Amino acid sequence: MAAVADSGVIDGMSLKRRLAIADRRGKLRALMLVAPLFLFIIVSFALPIFYFLTRSVYDPTVAEALPRTVEALKAWDGKDLPPEAAYAAVVADLTDIQAAGSAAKIGKRLNYEIDAIRSRVVASAKKTGAIVAGPYKDQLIAIDKIWGNRITWAKIKETGAPLNSTYFLGVFDLERSADGEIVGVNENRAVYKTIFVRTFYISLLVTLLTLALGYPVAYVIANSPERIANLLIILVLVPFWTSLLVRTTAWYVLLLDNGPINDTLIASGIASEPWRLIFSRFGTVVAMTHIQLPFTLLPIYAVMKGISPAYMRAARSLGGGPIYSFMRVYFPLTLPGIGAGCLLTLILSLGYYITPALVGGPADQMVSGVIASAMNSESNWGKASALATVLLVATMILYFVYNKLIGIDKVKFG
Amino acid sequence: MKRALMIAAAAAAAAIAVPAAVTMAGDTLTVVSWGGAYQKSQQEAFFKPYIAAGNQLTEEEWTGDIAKIRAMVESNSVTWDVIDFDTGLIMAACAEGLLEKFDWSKLGLDRSKFIGGDLVECGVPNIVYATVYAYDTTKLATGPTTVNDFFDLAKFPGKRGIYKSPVVNLEWALIADGVPTADVYKLLRTPEGVDRAFAKLEGLKKDAVWWEAGAQAPQLLADGQVVMTQAWNGRIQNAVKNDKKPFKIVWDNQGFDWDWWGVPKGGPRVEAAMKFIAFASQPAAMAEQTKHIAYGPANMDAVPNIDPSVLGDLPTAPGNMGNVLYVDPTFWAENRESLTERFNAWLAK
Repeated sequence: MAAVADSGVIDGMSLKRRLAIADRRGKLRALMLVAPLFLFIIVSFALPIFYFLTRSVYDPTVAEALPRTVEALKAWDGKDLPPEAAYAAVVADLTDIQAAGSAAKIGKRLNYEIDAIRSRVVASAKKTGAIVAGPYKDQLIAIDKIWGNRITWAKIKETGAPLNSTYFLGVFDLERSADGEIVGVNENRAVYKTIFVRTFYISLLVTLLTLALGYPVAYVIANSPERIANLLIILVLVPFWTSLLVRTTAWYVLLLDNGPINDTLIASGIASEPWRLIFSRFGTVVAMTHIQLPFTLLPIYAVMKGISPAYMRAARSLGGGPIYSFMRVYFPLTLPGIGAGCLLTLILSLGYYITPALVGGPADQMVSGVIASAMNSESNWGKASALATVLLVATMILYFVYNKLIGIDKVKFG
Repeated sequence: MKRALMIAAAAAAAAIAVPAAVTMAGDTLTVVSWGGAYQKSQQEAFFKPYIAAGNQLTEEEWTGDIAKIRAMVESNSVTWDVIDFDTGLIMAACAEGLLEKFDWSKLGLDRSKFIGGDLVECGVPNIVYATVYAYDTTKLATGPTTVNDFFDLAKFPGKRGIYKSPVVNLEWALIADGVPTADVYKLLRTPEGVDRAFAKLEGLKKDAVWWEAGAQAPQLLADGQVVMTQAWNGRIQNAVKNDKKPFKIVWDNQGFDWDWWGVPKGGPRVEAAMKFIAFASQPAAMAEQTKHIAYGPANMDAVPNIDPSVLGDLPTAPGNMGNVLYVDPTFWAENRESLTERFNAWLAK
């Protein structure tokens, strides 16, 4: 028996090998435990999002509806009007889509690129059936002048490639001119840069406000006797557990022109007429700050809880003043909590939708609200998808920069 | 951090997966409308009697986001069987091929009896309504009387509730800018006309409160958040009748429009949907609806059955028809999307 144990061989297997098998079994068991969640996330979260994001660059509408035209335009250099072959092709394609009843679809797609062209494409498709023989060019231009305009053809060529950058250029307020150069869009359409800047501005502001309000509160809770600390923590947690929608609606009522806040202001003589609290930037920031406060506060509190009071006592006994000791000893120790809380609030704020929609005005809408209107009221999913991708990438860059500067491993949730 | 991300991801995944798991199946017909007082009138006149006749029916609400229908039809998972549309919406959805076309003879309805019945292949008109504006008589002793007054912030200071859509708003902007009602659409078909309308709307932007669901309009007025609000006429009349609100409608250049029943393409209950539409289009049912909301029945056969006391409230009543803006369905079918995009961009600036 002893000899067997010494050589490490039982039933013809080395101990090392047996250990490896046991190890692998353990890993497999662990993997099986997380597999349902993992699969669930892949199937119901990662895949749909990935599929939706592909719509920002992949759109085969034009290629499918106008296949011959797209083929004929491949050889076109874009300098002058396209050759007769392209006109013949577009007449054939338009006649076909008219028969298939899908002319509105292609009109709509081109309308994303050229303002007010939808109805003219649809009207052209109704008439091309009457063109029976060439030359097609003059007959088509006689139907509508858009066919004598280089930009129409340039846009068909550009969107004719199923993979194209039109949606992405669009969300940066850019487009390609007839010459293929990237230029700014008409100012009527140029809003997305403003909206991205606004989204980051509001999110940063909310983050700083929650930090300014939350840090002292976290300090008080962390340094109170347990009985009082528990009570204070409950005061923080109860709103945290309340639905975001409920709290936003509560703010809606509070901020109304005839709401309690304005009534008090007027009754006390501070204001002579209601202040514009609701449907404003003020309302949006106040409501968002309130909702985000626990997200910033709780990680800071958790970190503070772990700081031994001995450090501050030591700093004071070594001659540091209260402010100096706080700044040099206590504050640096809370940085991981500040980092965690602020990052959480900043990232969550970037995606806010319902709060700006309810208590903000149209000029306070953030990217998510614009994504929703692109999806729902404009039904331009390519644009919605491009906006969502930019927001996602911007958030990831933020996370990456943060990681480089502070180090994500230093972030503590307690 | 990773753990928090995982939790967040799982929560989001659950939020997506749960509604998908509870989607309706079986024989229950899902009818979708615009909520509030309007949907209530449909419950009384159509839904309850339809259920009483031994059918299963459930309701949902929407605010005109065609994208949802498009998603259902494209992914072949239609769960909305009958939808109440406005004219611009049904024409756009029909042109995109999202709706079933109706065979009127199979429905057992006489198409010629329906006001505007031949406008759309994919819709059966159910009511005519008007986009009006209304004010609180306790706040404004001498009330506004014209669309110009709605835009006149000097004469009538205070906030305006406005429907968050270019429809009717661009028309009113031009009318308030001095364009005769008859020329509005001719002008809106030109880029200069659209620019002019937006320029006029710009003057209201600072004092505008935008609403999206029809029930919000009377609510804003009742809350005192606005001094006057654009609204669908029936919503205001119901607030006056049922909640005794001191509201008054201004009948000037009201946007005269239809609502329609439409059926998404390829749904599992198309037959039942047709049956419901035929049921809800009967003159008696339509006349019953006018008791609950002041919209005119689209079926002219229903007119003799209407209670004389409500006749004067309908948008079709001669006293209300002095100066009407007929919302141009073809114009909005063609231009809704591009103008909505510009309108949204204009709003978000």
